[in-house]
Amino acid sequence: MSWPRLRVRKLDIRNGLVDLSHGAGGRASAQLIDEIFRESFDNPFLNQGNDQAVFEAPSGRMVMSTDGYVIWPLFFPGGDIGSLAVHGTINDLAMAGATPLHLAAGYIIEEGFPLADLERIAISMGHAAREAGVAIVTGDTKVVERGKADGVFITTTGVGVVPAGLDLSGDRARPGDRVIVSGSIGDHGVAVMSKRGSLGFETEILSDSAALHGLVAEMVGAAGPSIRLMRDPTRGGLAATLNEIAQQSRCGFLVEEARIPVRPEVMAACELLGLDPLYVANEGKLVAVVAPDAADLLLGAMRAHPLGRAASIIGEVTHDEQRFVQMTTAFGGGRIVDWLAGEQLPRIC
Amino acid sequence: MKYIDEYRDGGLARSIAATIAREALPGRHYKFMEFCGGHTHAISRYGIEDLLPPNVEMVHGPGCPVCVLPVGRIDDAIRLALRPEVTLCTYADLMRVPASGGANLLKAKAAGADIRMIYSSMDAVLIAEAEPTRQVVFFAIGFETTTPSTALSIGLARRKRLSNFSVFCNHVLTPPAIRAILDTAALPEVERVLVDGFVGPAHVSTVIGTTPYRALAVEFEKPVVVAGFEPLDVVQAILMLVRQVNEGRNEVENQYIRAVTAEGNPIAQREITEIFEPRDTFEWRGLGSLPLSALRLRDAYAGYDAERRFTIVPEPAADNPACECGDVLRGLKKPAECKLFGTVCSPEAPMGSCMVSPEGACAAHWTYGRFRDRAKTISDRAAA
Repeated sequence: MSWPRLRVRKLDIRNGLVDLSHGAGGRASAQLIDEIFRESFDNPFLNQGNDQAVFEAPSGRMVMSTDGYVIWPLFFPGGDIGSLAVHGTINDLAMAGATPLHLAAGYIIEEGFPLADLERIAISMGHAAREAGVAIVTGDTKVVERGKADGVFITTTGVGVVPAGLDLSGDRARPGDRVIVSGSIGDHGVAVMSKRGSLGFETEILSDSAALHGLVAEMVGAAGPSIRLMRDPTRGGLAATLNEIAQQSRCGFLVEEARIPVRPEVMAACELLGLDPLYVANEGKLVAVVAPDAADLLLGAMRAHPLGRAASIIGEVTHDEQRFVQMTTAFGGGRIVDWLAGEQLPRIC
Repeated sequence: MKYIDEYRDGGLARSIAATIAREALPGRHYKFMEFCGGHTHAISRYGIEDLLPPNVEMVHGPGCPVCVLPVGRIDDAIRLALRPEVTLCTYADLMRVPASGGANLLKAKAAGADIRMIYSSMDAVLIAEAEPTRQVVFFAIGFETTTPSTALSIGLARRKRLSNFSVFCNHVLTPPAIRAILDTAALPEVERVLVDGFVGPAHVSTVIGTTPYRALAVEFEKPVVVAGFEPLDVVQAILMLVRQVNEGRNEVENQYIRAVTAEGNPIAQREITEIFEPRDTFEWRGLGSLPLSALRLRDAYAGYDAERRFTIVPEPAADNPACECGDVLRGLKKPAECKLFGTVCSPEAPMGSCMVSPEGACAAHWTYGRFRDRAKTISDRAAA
């Protein structure tokens, strides 16, 4: 006698919710992975259905990085937690001058999370990864009880390969080196804040979330050995990045406010909220420190790339035992650009 | 950005600064106090000190609402927030202000108190409406600038017939604070603040106008120039003060004519008077108890007064004895002259309130200006 083949109903993506069975490792888990993630990411490594991805190791030095994404709201103008999780980790690899190869993605999903939102996030991740030429080759999904997480948290880990002869590191800035920023700062932070409940304000500003390895490849091609280091100024903004480098390299900075690109809309939103764009997060910008004689060459290469059109030399590295980041204000005075203490607080009057 | 860039024009600033340098008499020292934290912040953030000649000195005043709030009131707010039925709504500036025993609102929140950071007093009313089982208390602070919005939120709560909304009122008044700085006849000489004039409040003056400063200018023979918070406003006000001093005038002048009139905003004043009345006395950090210097809710609005609803009994609370916020707030000391500055007190771990708010004199100097202390040390050493 033959048993009828078990008919599994497809996920009700439009109305369905994630429940605990989707993380329990049973048939429901397999179905979730199959219908949402494999469909969206679609690549031969994932399609093999193993718990790991096996790939050829390139020769030379490899780079590896991991990052957790807990952004709220999950969807914001110019991106969402999915595209951000792809771009962010690619950028961490790219800041070593590397070509990113593969990504792994881990999800912690709160019980009750809409399947439609999960699919939207997965499609966005797949799209971002394909656009960047990087495959999401392995992953993991866990579901936690309601209240134990906030919607969905994503962790992505990436591996890449560093071109021979390139040695970018935060401790390599030397007095006299030039500092270049790849474009306008503060776009991401302001775009996200504009969608936070109590702040809701009307703006056309989009997050700058983007994968920077294409721009980096152009930069390495143009000025490779003269580039001392690169950093993407994410949390804490340009201010935190410059202070981190000052600590690592035991140096100071002198930057000119008038040379730092800030969009008028971002400036206006910051004025309204009492924020300083120097401290607002970016997700598609980089800061490069470069030997002085190669600065113009590097700037030219950056401006020739779509993600570096507004690149600007904003200042230089100084000898400073106290490691101050100093700025000449557009107004004509001087000030420090210090670390951020706690969260940036809106002023009350 | 339109309406902003015009007031941050570096070229114009340099030309006004050159006029100040030309007109400031070489044998004379000019010491002006900017009353408001907003001015302190602008002076530090835009590096205005670098534009002034050495004989024109700015000292910081007490106009930072977070800074002048005494420890005891923060203690009261924390005790309120720890009551299980209470949701305390506060502006974010207050979260890290140190209270007694190393406590602050941020730590109380981590320990389970229901504390929400809001951007407008109206948000607190909306929370009270949405969560009728919670006792929502708005932690109201600020000078005359923020008082009208607190008044409006009480009016809104009354119209919505909300019985679960109240205000922990800490609104203070500007003119009594200026008087406290100037009225030093009874103090020993070392505690007298000797200033030649005031950069007068910006936003406060949009509400109360310039008239209330007149009596002070006449009585204490000090010029006052009401100025906006943009850097060019401040630089221009300093020039106007230098000219008044040189000409022996003690007038109230208005640099901020684009927003401030002599009589202020009558609608806002009416809202304030409708709901609030002066307290007999109020404790200020740094200035001590000042008569008729703060507001409380009138009896007709007692139902919205958190102090009465929760019978808050003030308990004595002392500042950290080494903290010199008091002297800094009165302009007696510069932030770097406090022994704690930058040693155990920094914005990450503030000991005193002046290190918390971005408008606090210590936080502004630490965040933007402390590189100048090094320049001074080097030039002092060279001179020696």
